[in-house]
Amino acid sequence: MEPINKHQGLVYPLNRGNIDTDQIIPKQFLKRIERQGFGQFLFYNWRFHDDGTPKQEFSLNDKKYQNASILVAGENFGCGSSREHAPWALQDFGFKVIIAPSFADIFYNNCTKNGILPVQLTEQQTKQLMTRAETEPYTITVDLENQLVSDAGDFRASFQVPAYQKEMLLNGWDEIAVTLTHADKITEFEATRS
Amino acid sequence: MNEPKTIVEKIWDKHVVHREEGKPDLLYIDLHLVHEVTSPQAFEGLRMKNRQVRKPELTYATMDHNVPTIHRNVIKDAVSKKQMQTLKDNCSQFGISLADIDHPDQGIVHVIGPELGLTQPGKTIVCGDSHTSTHGAFGALAFGIGTSEVEHVLATQTLWQAPPKTLKVQVNGELGSGVTAKDLILAIIAKFGVRFGTGHVIEYTGEAIKNLSMEERMTVCNMSIEAGARAGLISPDNKTVEYLRGKRHVPKEADSFEKAAAEWKALASDPEASYDKVVEIEAAEIEPQVSWGTNPGMCLPVSASVPDPNQAETANSKEEIERALEYMGLEAGQQISSVAIDHVFIGSCTNSRLSDLRRAAEVIRGKKVNPKVKAIVVPGSFSVKTAAEAEGLDVIFTQAGFQWREAGCSMCLAMNDDIVPPGERCASTSNRNFEGRQGNGARTHLVSPEMAAAAAIEGHFVDVRKFTEATLHS
Ligand code: SF4
Repeated sequence: MEPINKHQGLVYPLNRGNIDTDQIIPKQFLKRIERQGFGQFLFYNWRFHDDGTPKQEFSLNDKKYQNASILVAGENFGCGSSREHAPWALQDFGFKVIIAPSFADIFYNNCTKNGILPVQLTEQQTKQLMTRAETEPYTITVDLENQLVSDAGDFRASFQVPAYQKEMLLNGWDEIAVTLTHADKITEFEATRS
Repeated sequence: MNEPKTIVEKIWDKHVVHREEGKPDLLYIDLHLVHEVTSPQAFEGLRMKNRQVRKPELTYATMDHNVPTIHRNVIKDAVSKKQMQTLKDNCSQFGISLADIDHPDQGIVHVIGPELGLTQPGKTIVCGDSHTSTHGAFGALAFGIGTSEVEHVLATQTLWQAPPKTLKVQVNGELGSGVTAKDLILAIIAKFGVRFGTGHVIEYTGEAIKNLSMEERMTVCNMSIEAGARAGLISPDNKTVEYLRGKRHVPKEADSFEKAAAEWKALASDPEASYDKVVEIEAAEIEPQVSWGTNPGMCLPVSASVPDPNQAETANSKEEIERALEYMGLEAGQQISSVAIDHVFIGSCTNSRLSDLRRAAEVIRGKKVNPKVKAIVVPGSFSVKTAAEAEGLDVIFTQAGFQWREAGCSMCLAMNDDIVPPGERCASTSNRNFEGRQGNGARTHLVSPEMAAAAAIEGHFVDVRKFTEATLHS
């Protein structure tokens, strides 16, 4: 996976709570056996009419957010199904960082396995980011090393990230390769149980 | 004396392969269940790095999400067909047992695990599926994982996991008659919200939980993820042992089974064990539930009316209620029992086991499905279907006007042809009422099998307790 450290990008605000992975990528797109190419289906039922034409009223279709790479959303982002197609779709669409007041556990994990940085800020801080991004093109910087979100003005917010996930993201490690360095311990463990 | 421990701590301690300061534990996985939707990219990852499946004998695969339920071998969708073929190829390449589409063991992954006795107390069980929590009913630590983790388990039989926090949900007293395990879990989520379990493993305890059958316990644990918890479990007891006795994958010899049974029961949480969080609920206060909104926390007793966004309670904000009402096509203040339905779906890993079908059949016996309603029953597995047919349940259903289908996930997520059309309304025994879950624009109401059966007959929601009472006296 690609390492991620410091990312500067345009914010796309999606002011809804409990966004589930069925919304992030609906089931009809889970049939593919590839990892790539899911971006076109991101938020499909919100973005498109039945005939495939874009829904103008859905903000992600607004030109001003075209190059956004940081998604800011409401609490419990990514709840529901464990489908990793959700982070794959977000990433393929161009999102590198997701900011929310809270994340569903499996989704959070899935992000960190794919080089997407999930950032947990307070309800108030996310609101602040959303309000700014709704009114003007708004760029922020997310610094994983220093665990800090900032803008060109006075916004500064630090965030928590578990040490292990941080290390994985910063280095873009292949987790299986790391685990296999403990292969003898696994073998030993197996021997004690049979 | 040893420090009192929860079942979660006991299972955890037995599975740590490697522990290191500042890192999660490397946890050994005893059983890895696989289905066609979340595995192809994982197997592809193995191939790309030239890796093997470490323990094919601890891995078990089934087809469930895509399978057609009318003619199981007629898969119209070419992409679905390819996904299923891919699982078949992967299982044969890597030496994994597969309950293929025409195999007598085929069924929804969370239904067949327990049926085959693969699910056992004390095991760590994972699957690329969030409802893996179902297996917790047996006192296993079972949780859903993403596809990268599926690949990781295939390659190493382990996962890096930080010890979870524990949350005790104590259900006091007894459930009233006509109130089911489904109503109980829906009421728990409605009361405490869709996030209250985040970061925790739930342990369900209390008199009402003890009284539940194993199949009812599975219904409860199944929906733990809907409360935000990755896993939910129940300490094993005699019921657990009796359910497993004689199942294919448990120890055969009487001696070794009794020995295993004793070990299982010893896993039960110690009475003095402490939890990170404890909540309580009174079983007697719970009524049959109907969901009105677009997440499983948006549930009501069947006697109640749809909430008014202007009187938003704390669980859901004004905007959330407004959005949900709009999507669901409901009016604030409307009696939920007045809502007419177009479809009834009895099935899914929440409520598709033999006892679910029996109870639904009891409600409809000798009656007719409302002509406006299209109703289907999808057994959770091939063996549930066979057993139900052996006792004539299929006849009761079809005579009432239900369609009797082949086993699979079906209308729970509508990946096959079983789709609820836009704007239409379904009383469903599944676990998720998210927007578009049963089809783009479809409106889902989560209910118990009994409530779904009664709604099929009446054409709208009714309190199944009054419904059956009225029938008994007529
Ligand atoms: S029945 Fe529904 S919830 Fe259960 S595994 Fe299948 S799709 Fe998932």
